[in-house]
Amino acid sequence: MALRIGGASKSFSDHKVLDAVDFDLAAGEVHALLGENGAGKSTLMNILSGIYTADAGRIEIDGAPVSVSGPAAAVALGIGMVHQHFKLVQPFTGRENLHLAASGLPVVPPRATVDAQISELVIRSGLDVALDVPVARLSVAEQQRIEILKTLLLGARILVLDEPTAVLTDAEADGLLSLVRDLAAQGHAIIFITHKLREVISAGDRVSVLRRGRMVLANRAVEDVTRDDLSSAMIGGQDVAVTKRAGARSGADLLSVSGATVMDGGATFVSGANLTVRAGEIHGLAGVGGNGQRELAEAVLGMRPLADGRVVLEGHDLKAASVAARRGVGMRYIPADRSADALASNVTLADNLAATAVRTGALGRGLVWPGRIRAHAGSLIEAFGIAGASGGARRPVRLLSGGNAQKVILAREIDGDARLIIAHSPTRGLDVAACAYVHDRLIEAASRGAGVLLISEDLEEILALSDRISVISRGRIASTADGRPDRAQIGDLMLGHA
Amino acid sequence: MTIAVTAWLGAMPGFMAPLLLAALGLLLCERAGVLNLGVEGVMALGAMVGAAMSLAGWSPWAAMGAGALGGLAVSLPFMVAVIVFRAPQISAGLALAAIALGASAALGRGASHKPFPGLENMTWGGDWAALPVVGRMLFQQDAVVYLTLILAGLMALWLMRTRAGLRLRAVGEDPATADASGVDVQLYQFGAVAVGSLLIGLAGAYLSVGGSNIWTEGMVAGRGWIALALVVFAQWSPIRAIGGAVLFGGAEALIPRLQAMGVEVPVYLLSMLPYALTIGVLVLMALSKRARQAEPGFLGRAYIRQDR
Repeated sequence: MALRIGGASKSFSDHKVLDAVDFDLAAGEVHALLGENGAGKSTLMNILSGIYTADAGRIEIDGAPVSVSGPAAAVALGIGMVHQHFKLVQPFTGRENLHLAASGLPVVPPRATVDAQISELVIRSGLDVALDVPVARLSVAEQQRIEILKTLLLGARILVLDEPTAVLTDAEADGLLSLVRDLAAQGHAIIFITHKLREVISAGDRVSVLRRGRMVLANRAVEDVTRDDLSSAMIGGQDVAVTKRAGARSGADLLSVSGATVMDGGATFVSGANLTVRAGEIHGLAGVGGNGQRELAEAVLGMRPLADGRVVLEGHDLKAASVAARRGVGMRYIPADRSADALASNVTLADNLAATAVRTGALGRGLVWPGRIRAHAGSLIEAFGIAGASGGARRPVRLLSGGNAQKVILAREIDGDARLIIAHSPTRGLDVAACAYVHDRLIEAASRGAGVLLISEDLEEILALSDRISVISRGRIASTADGRPDRAQIGDLMLGHA
Repeated sequence: MTIAVTAWLGAMPGFMAPLLLAALGLLLCERAGVLNLGVEGVMALGAMVGAAMSLAGWSPWAAMGAGALGGLAVSLPFMVAVIVFRAPQISAGLALAAIALGASAALGRGASHKPFPGLENMTWGGDWAALPVVGRMLFQQDAVVYLTLILAGLMALWLMRTRAGLRLRAVGEDPATADASGVDVQLYQFGAVAVGSLLIGLAGAYLSVGGSNIWTEGMVAGRGWIALALVVFAQWSPIRAIGGAVLFGGAEALIPRLQAMGVEVPVYLLSMLPYALTIGVLVLMALSKRARQAEPGFLGRAYIRQDR
């Protein structure tokens, strides 16, 4: 075995994240590692790459016990991580990034040697990519190729790909999968982390599943397991799939966006988009990230100008309205980037919750009363079960976990006056329980008669929650005539085929 | 007219060199992500030390070396504050400017208004030196002018063509990635600011030792701030900095010519000029998308490694 992990355990302040996990990997194979968010996949891989030290357990490489004392030690042992967030200097060219990585090698070869090595590597691995333009100008898939080249250049034989397809389009993902097969055929040992069953079946040799820190299905050949085995191993006995609301009734059009075009710096992000959200419905907008979702949401919210088109909410023409005016008529926003766009991270929980309530006069008119801010926060903390708020509402929100931070946003945005809630990737990075909570709150808001525009890259989420589904692709919105495309039709629409 | 132009062009390199030296020093700091707003003060200190040492009988070269070291010495607290303790760079830099300006005035009291022998011009190039109009500009300057130009070229080569240069740029653009690649971020920043401070101190010393041959308080007269604008104007490229220094230095050299020609220029307008130019350049550059992209991505921010 190229790699064997035995009995790995890790706790963070009493919380057991990994519990006696066994894992092995042979040269020339692709071993898929499945698991929900928070199942412990990242922790396991961080132990392997020297970022964390395991509390217990051992790691063997080629049969010999090793100690991975830090990231540099991992590199020296031939372990290469390809993270979800690329570690590339954006203004540098691919070649410069490779030179930079190579300069971290213990013995530094001269530049010409590195260049020769790079060319040889590109030919051998089939990782064809433009190396002499700034990385910032490359697509995500191309940047990923450079990231993989980097680990190979550093001599990695064990490659860890952390959810590599999460950021790719379907076509790009297929390209990556065949590349991964090629790398395995060249003798590399590959750990492929994913939560997409399709990828496990098409690219994996063996598969393991982590759930809540335990290996619930270990080192099994892919041919010997069924899709059902895998999905039940992943989610366990509990039924976490959101129960589709029975016979959701939806009323008249609440929001109507017509011919919306959003431009910025000469580039067109959204072109001629039409979309309606009815009262009481959840309208899912599916699409691969970066296809204009954010720009559309921000334009509807008034944070960006519309180059063309109209936004009407319950008869109010909002084309030129301010953000405040839009909020005044009941628009609410749950942005994709919690820390950057929704919360002031160094500001207290109470003040974050009060930020939108000051306009309503509930906290006092003219002057706001600290007592009312506290009371306001206290009632919301209770109503939404915001945990981790020990020390009360005076703690800065940056100290909260992702799930609790999202609850703060939900508590603030889904108030009694909310008419239209735009939720952009509201469960990104959350664990299963927090996801379910967010979904429940969105469903609840819809059943109270508000409209929800759910923008998500997670197709399962869209399919589970939505009454109607549209797809955004390169700034254009499309759907089927009945507004309920199935999985295959959504895939076609994502690729831009109508 | 030809005489005036010849004289103007001949004086220009002497105005260009200190601006370029200071800009190169600053450029090095900024490429490593450190915004050093202390330039004006560090130059003032370098000018004072250079003059004091010249008055003490040191050769011009030794005096300028001392000025450079003075620049480094006064910058040490700034380096420790900003690189080790990650103090906010803007306030620390302004504090450095104030401290160094004050120190130069206080320590230099005995050296004020006393002329001393300075750096001599070289004459080379044989018959070429007699070329009309440009002969003086090209062939009758002091050695610092030529060395500064060579330094700009070397710095460009070093930044773009060597492994250490690549690492330094990575530190200024994306310290987390540099760190992950095994680059000691703080070490590179320390080195960059140390060498940068030497150059800035030298720029100041050249003003007194190579230029005026006399020291008075406030003689840097805003050139440090101009150097800051110059780096932005040059889009952080040493080669473009030459062009910028020629432009700003040429403008500066024009003022005494205009006065000599009898053009009345209000003195307050002149003392305003460096700051007006600085703001003007910064606004212009802020409008240019390309210039904004040239700025080191992590300039002025403190890098703290994520807790492990």
